[in-house]
Amino acid sequence: MIPGVSINEILTLTSILFFIGVYGFITRKNLISMLISLELILNSSIINFVVINKYLYPELLQGMVYSIFIIAVAAAETALAVAIIINIYRRTGSVEVSETETMKY
Amino acid sequence: MNLINLLLIPAIPLVVFLVLGIFSHKIKPAASGVIGVAGLATSTLLSYYTAWQYFFVTEKVNGVYQTFVEKTVWINFTDTLHIDMGVLVDPISVMMLIVVSTVSLMVHIYSRGYMKGDDGYTRFFAYLSLFTFSMYGLVLATNLFQIYIFWELVGVSSFLLIGYYYTKTSAIAAAKKAFIVTRFADFGFLIGIFIIGFYTNTFDFQLLNDPQGPAILTWASSSFMGLSVITWALILIFMGGAGKSAMFPLHVWLPDAMEGPTPVSALIHAATMVVAGVYLVARLFPMFYMVEDGFALQIVTYVGAFSALFAAIIAITQTDIKRVLAFSTMSQLGYMMMALGVSGFDGHEGVGYMASMFHLFTHAMFKALLFLGAGSVIHAVHSNLLQDMGGLRKYMPVTNITFLIAALAIAGVPPLAGFWSKDEILVAAYSNSQFIYGIGVFVAGLTAFYMFRLYFGIFWGKDRQYKHTPHESPASMTIPLIVLAVLTMVAGFVPFSELVTADKAGFEAHLNLPLAAIAVGVGALGIFFAWIFYKKENDLASRFATAFGSLYKWTSHKFYFDEIYLFVARTIFFKNVAAPIAKFDKKIVDGTMEGIGNQTVVISGKIKGWQSGRVQDYAFAFIGGVVILALVFIYIFNN
Repeated sequence: MIPGVSINEILTLTSILFFIGVYGFITRKNLISMLISLELILNSSIINFVVINKYLYPELLQGMVYSIFIIAVAAAETALAVAIIINIYRRTGSVEVSETETMKY
Repeated sequence: MNLINLLLIPAIPLVVFLVLGIFSHKIKPAASGVIGVAGLATSTLLSYYTAWQYFFVTEKVNGVYQTFVEKTVWINFTDTLHIDMGVLVDPISVMMLIVVSTVSLMVHIYSRGYMKGDDGYTRFFAYLSLFTFSMYGLVLATNLFQIYIFWELVGVSSFLLIGYYYTKTSAIAAAKKAFIVTRFADFGFLIGIFIIGFYTNTFDFQLLNDPQGPAILTWASSSFMGLSVITWALILIFMGGAGKSAMFPLHVWLPDAMEGPTPVSALIHAATMVVAGVYLVARLFPMFYMVEDGFALQIVTYVGAFSALFAAIIAITQTDIKRVLAFSTMSQLGYMMMALGVSGFDGHEGVGYMASMFHLFTHAMFKALLFLGAGSVIHAVHSNLLQDMGGLRKYMPVTNITFLIAALAIAGVPPLAGFWSKDEILVAAYSNSQFIYGIGVFVAGLTAFYMFRLYFGIFWGKDRQYKHTPHESPASMTIPLIVLAVLTMVAGFVPFSELVTADKAGFEAHLNLPLAAIAVGVGALGIFFAWIFYKKENDLASRFATAFGSLYKWTSHKFYFDEIYLFVARTIFFKNVAAPIAKFDKKIVDGTMEGIGNQTVVISGKIKGWQSGRVQDYAFAFIGGVVILALVFIYIFNN
């Protein structure tokens, strides 16, 4: 609970953060940059969890617990993604997303 | 009656069939012949034992032979309507057991010589066993459905054996023809069975034939187009019988069936399977006789009489010796049907029934003998055609004598078997209708004529030079001939009227001398004409043929029945009914299904380009979709 800041303002902030992440994910050419954009999306949702928990149900803790849970999952996911990116780099010599377009019909 | 014995009779051929069929590539031909003959010999002994037990050991009750039935419910529909499996022993089934066993055993032994060196030797014996099994099952059936099952089984074994030389196009065509024509007839049979089942609530022979039973007592209660429904059912059942027994107009398959090996013709298309139709009518005889005062039986009479005459006329002009015999078989089967038709029921009234069964019995012996003799001739000359033969009596003495005995028997010369049974038939016909009697006598004369035309044509006639000097057949073929010849001589003395009658009580039969004299006289006349025409080579026959030009042509083409049927089937039916239906099926039914499949392929070909492989496109589509959905939901829930 931050004095003088309403829930709407924070949710607006997280929405902006979310769409920045989406924009980055769709427009970046570099796989690492895409991964970072993905993290932005995740973080915006984590903030949502915390804020809603704090503002609407201050006596409960589920939102907090879930945010920690998501951070752990995000760490694992990042490790996996980096491993895949390293493999792509070894095969193609670059980390451009255009190198991964062969998987289609 | 011992049930185990009875069940073993059909079971042994079945086991032989399975063994020979499954291990057909492992068993040596010599062994398979021995297995077949040994199996059937056991069955034959059991059949004779059963007959002896039934006729001479088991006591008659009030002078009537009792029917022995042992059955178990197989498929249950209602309390009264169920399909049973079991065995039924009464005088006609015992008589048929004897016929089937004897002829089948002789044919088995004969085949060991006739089929020697053939590639499908084991297969042949397996089929023969299958056929024998089915025929036993047919004979012993306790109800309409059981007889129908085995009826189809004999049909399929007949099909397999006609098409035995499956590399020959004509044999395949003949097999198909036989199957389709008899199957067409069996369709009527099946509908008849259904009608009987629906209106009387039973398939059981004993109940159906019981004068107090549901069929005979209540035939008048339901009618269709002026006739009792039960009569219609009987007519349809007779249609099945007519198909199997090659009655006009369903006779076209029998001459073509001669494409099969000759022992098969002897067994199936002369002695056993083709009499199944006669047997069926005899089996349901009380029904035929009592329902609607024997209306269905009248049809049996006239179809039989006409077939007898029709086939005898055609037989005169045929040049393939097996086809002559085939038409002769058809003619004699017509005789049997006719005898059943003119029969009464009680005591001496039932002489027609007795005569029919008697003729069935004797005919099986001498017709099998004729066919086996013809097979022996074909084996020696390597041709079926009469013009390739002549003067064979010097080369084949045993075949000559046995063939002569059989020909005399079928011509009705006393004291051979055919004389006795034919005489009884004529007696029965005489007491019923002068017209039927007249046909019977005329056919008897024709029979004698064409049979001796055949005999003189094969064994006398011109002395000709053969490329390979013909020789007498081996002992395995001549022994069955001799056995059957002996049976042909003695079979007439079986006191048939005391054993096999419609009311199962038996009566004293005595020779009707004037009628017998007329029959023998007509037969002798036929033989005499054949003697003049064919004994020595002369041109009398061909001069007669030219004198009767168009009639001769019609007859030698079997009155163009094959052509008529082909015309009806192909030009009328196929073109106007079957072809449009096929078109509808192909264009509309198949077209709809294929259209759906094709459209799916086309559409998927167009939209698969959307799957670009770029992960960002997917993400864009996904998020775009979510945004659109979100907007939609917001729009909905805000209102």
